[in-house]
Amino acid sequence: MAEYEILRLLWWALLGVLLIGIAVMDGFDLGTAILLPWIGRTDMERRIVINTVGPVWEGNQVWFILGGGAIFAAWPPLYAVAFSGFYLAMLLLLCAMILRPVGFKFRSKLPNTGWRSTWDWALFVGGLVPSLVFGVAFGNVLQGVPFQFDDTLRMTYAGTVFGLFSPFALLCGVVSVTMLTMHGAAWLACKTEGAPRQRAQNAGTLAAILLAVLFVAGGLWASRLDFYALQSFGGVNGPSNPLAKHVVLQSGALMNNYEAVPWFRLAPALGVAGALLTALLLRTRRLRVLAFLFSGLTIASIIATAGLSMFPFLMPSSLAPDSSLIVWDASSSATTLLIMTVATVVLLPIVLIYTAWVYRVLRGPVNAAQIEADLHTSY
Amino acid sequence: MDVVELSRLQFALTAMYHFLFIPLTLGLSVLLAIMESIYVTTGRTIWRDMVRFWGMLFGINFALGVATGLTMEFEFGTNWAYYAQYVGDIFGAPLAIEGLMAFFMEATFIGLFFFGWTRLTRVQHLIVTCLMALGTNLSALWILIANAWMQNPVGAHFNIETMRMEVTDFAAVIFNPVAQSKFVHTVSAGYVTGSMFVLSISAFYLLRSRYRGLAIRSITVAASFGLASALSVVVLGDESGYTAGQNQKMKIAAIEAMWHTEPAPASFTVIGLPNIATHSTDYALEVPWMLGLIATRSISGQVEGIENLVADARTRIASGMLAYGAMETLRAHPADSAARQQFDAHVGDLGYGLLLKRYTLKVTDATDQQITAAANDTIPAVLPLFFSFRIMVGLGFYFIALFGTMFAMASRRGIEQHRWLLHLALWSLPLPWVAAELGWVVAEVGRQPWSVDGVLPTFLSVSNIPATNVMISLGAFVLFYSVLAVVEVFLMLRTIRRGPDLPPPAPRATAFAAVAE
Repeated sequence: MAEYEILRLLWWALLGVLLIGIAVMDGFDLGTAILLPWIGRTDMERRIVINTVGPVWEGNQVWFILGGGAIFAAWPPLYAVAFSGFYLAMLLLLCAMILRPVGFKFRSKLPNTGWRSTWDWALFVGGLVPSLVFGVAFGNVLQGVPFQFDDTLRMTYAGTVFGLFSPFALLCGVVSVTMLTMHGAAWLACKTEGAPRQRAQNAGTLAAILLAVLFVAGGLWASRLDFYALQSFGGVNGPSNPLAKHVVLQSGALMNNYEAVPWFRLAPALGVAGALLTALLLRTRRLRVLAFLFSGLTIASIIATAGLSMFPFLMPSSLAPDSSLIVWDASSSATTLLIMTVATVVLLPIVLIYTAWVYRVLRGPVNAAQIEADLHTSY
Repeated sequence: MDVVELSRLQFALTAMYHFLFIPLTLGLSVLLAIMESIYVTTGRTIWRDMVRFWGMLFGINFALGVATGLTMEFEFGTNWAYYAQYVGDIFGAPLAIEGLMAFFMEATFIGLFFFGWTRLTRVQHLIVTCLMALGTNLSALWILIANAWMQNPVGAHFNIETMRMEVTDFAAVIFNPVAQSKFVHTVSAGYVTGSMFVLSISAFYLLRSRYRGLAIRSITVAASFGLASALSVVVLGDESGYTAGQNQKMKIAAIEAMWHTEPAPASFTVIGLPNIATHSTDYALEVPWMLGLIATRSISGQVEGIENLVADARTRIASGMLAYGAMETLRAHPADSAARQQFDAHVGDLGYGLLLKRYTLKVTDATDQQITAAANDTIPAVLPLFFSFRIMVGLGFYFIALFGTMFAMASRRGIEQHRWLLHLALWSLPLPWVAAELGWVVAEVGRQPWSVDGVLPTFLSVSNIPATNVMISLGAFVLFYSVLAVVEVFLMLRTIRRGPDLPPPAPRATAFAAVAE
């Protein structure tokens, strides 16, 4: 059963791909929604901003839905612990996410100013809250989450909703908001013209520089955190039972992997360099598309940094470290991982191909003339 | 109420709310594809206007379907964490594949459906519409494969090392007979809903003498598609009855309020008043033979009554206690071969042993009284099942009659003269939703007390969370969903009243001509 180890590693990597997919694809429309009240000053400017993501946000959101489904399928205990442990935070996230579809769809159906500005703020909240909650969730995972299993693998969670918002977790939340704002701004710099584009370039530059600073600060803070170290476990091909291992708390353990595998340091380095490069490229006239790509690369590097720091931990337990979920004991069976691998290998390229086609059809900036011409279907 | 009751209530409310939007999405997406095909083949612009008009209503509905679907995917983890842990190895995969195969397709192409009119050629746009409809229907397939596994858990076994169910045969999960019949039954119900929606609103326009050309054509399409779908719903509903008769005998017995096993072939109670206290059905109107024919496809097959099935459950609980005891021994001493043998012999009834956990934590020491109580728990709520089923089936036959009549009238022209029929069509608008929701009541109330039939009891499936959390979320959903419902209905009515006065789409910009090639 040597392939079980490989399948688990593969799905750990795919978990990263999924989270990056969510942050890069869904991220730019979340960031766009955050920027909506500032980049769109007039109603038409706001419609332009909304219509840059209008045709694609639904497809982007599927990354988020797929993220939930794939974690459920590949890492069932992680899905169970994360969703039930962070119950009220998840409710908050959900309500904010529900504001988005209705906000996009309903906003421009009535000409009434009050109606439209209500939905504009709904969209803003729908962009800000998920971005914040994602980051805060990451911050909590990096610090350990207070849960434990009994011997039937029923999970008990001992935290409170306010306990989620520790200073470090809040910093992670702000990093996440800044990161997605940068990404949204880079998107708008490509997809709008004139004044909104100028504002997007400014906002994006600011966000990218801020991101670099905050990310470095977060990294320095994280290097001093107590983290968890694996003392013994049931082996890389062992059964997925999180109770068969021993874990201890260790100061600065988040840095262990970087000591052991020096090239892992590439991820945080790219995170900082990518953000600064994005800021620079956003100031140019012609390389804005490149700025958007670098913004995506920055996001990927930042998420990879979190994942590489914790490996093999998926979600450490601060309450009972031995209950922690790691790559080697929180996965689905080898059969399910194999099925999921086949499904992904066959289906994901198809998804990427038609998604690329749709973006190609929709290429070019959105302007007022297009919206006027298509009043009935434009958002 | 405790966490279990609250979580069930929340799941039922959010699922039924979600399913207000899904059948219309399923039905309208296919109707849009049909109408656009006619536009592309005939080149008559009225068909394009129809696609755009019904498309606007489709879009309003789709937004809420997506939004409320997110809740469903979250809830398995937030409220049913032990379920997620216990069966996630099987149940998660169809959900993930649904995302990859279906959600991406429908959600990516719906953007182009609305924004692509000026950027795509006619044929390209038609392909986009068809792929959107295909994605929508594929998502129904995968979610029903997941649901069917809860009704009929094939292709999986219990792994003592990981304390959960694991896949042994994924093909069996996909080709689960319950999944096949449920899929066609459910999408057909969606087509009926979409057809009724188009039919009713078109009837409304004819009654007001507005948009005659659009309304007449829409009625023709909706009546014929609706008739075919209504026939399919009833026939495939019968197929569902047959597959349920194979593996969920208690569900069938409870739907029929059949307390005692009758000599084969069993009769079907058309209507009556089940009496829970006396275990009989008062004022019953019975059709001899019919139930036996539906459930067993033979005149000699037995349809077992509730009391006999409870007696069977008692036996299986006793066997489940042996499995549970052996499991405890094996967890302490994995090499104990006697325990291993006992476990292997009884593991199929482990779920029945778990039913006792409602009464005692020491499953192996359960008293006779506790076993009786657990066996009686295997009876789902008879009254809601009995009546929901009958109303659903009655509506199914009504849809056949209504669509059939409309079809006959539409093909002979002069449908406007039959104002009573147009009124009937208009006021029938909510009925497909009633039937669809009751269908889910039959399917899921009938599954109780199990979340996975015979494997995991519902009360064990919940998350270990405080009841106050669920009260907060339940309150939030009721409030939030009510507001959304009001906004949705308001926008729908407004769009319907304003009607299909659409300017023709602007000619395709030259910049996109290259793409079209």
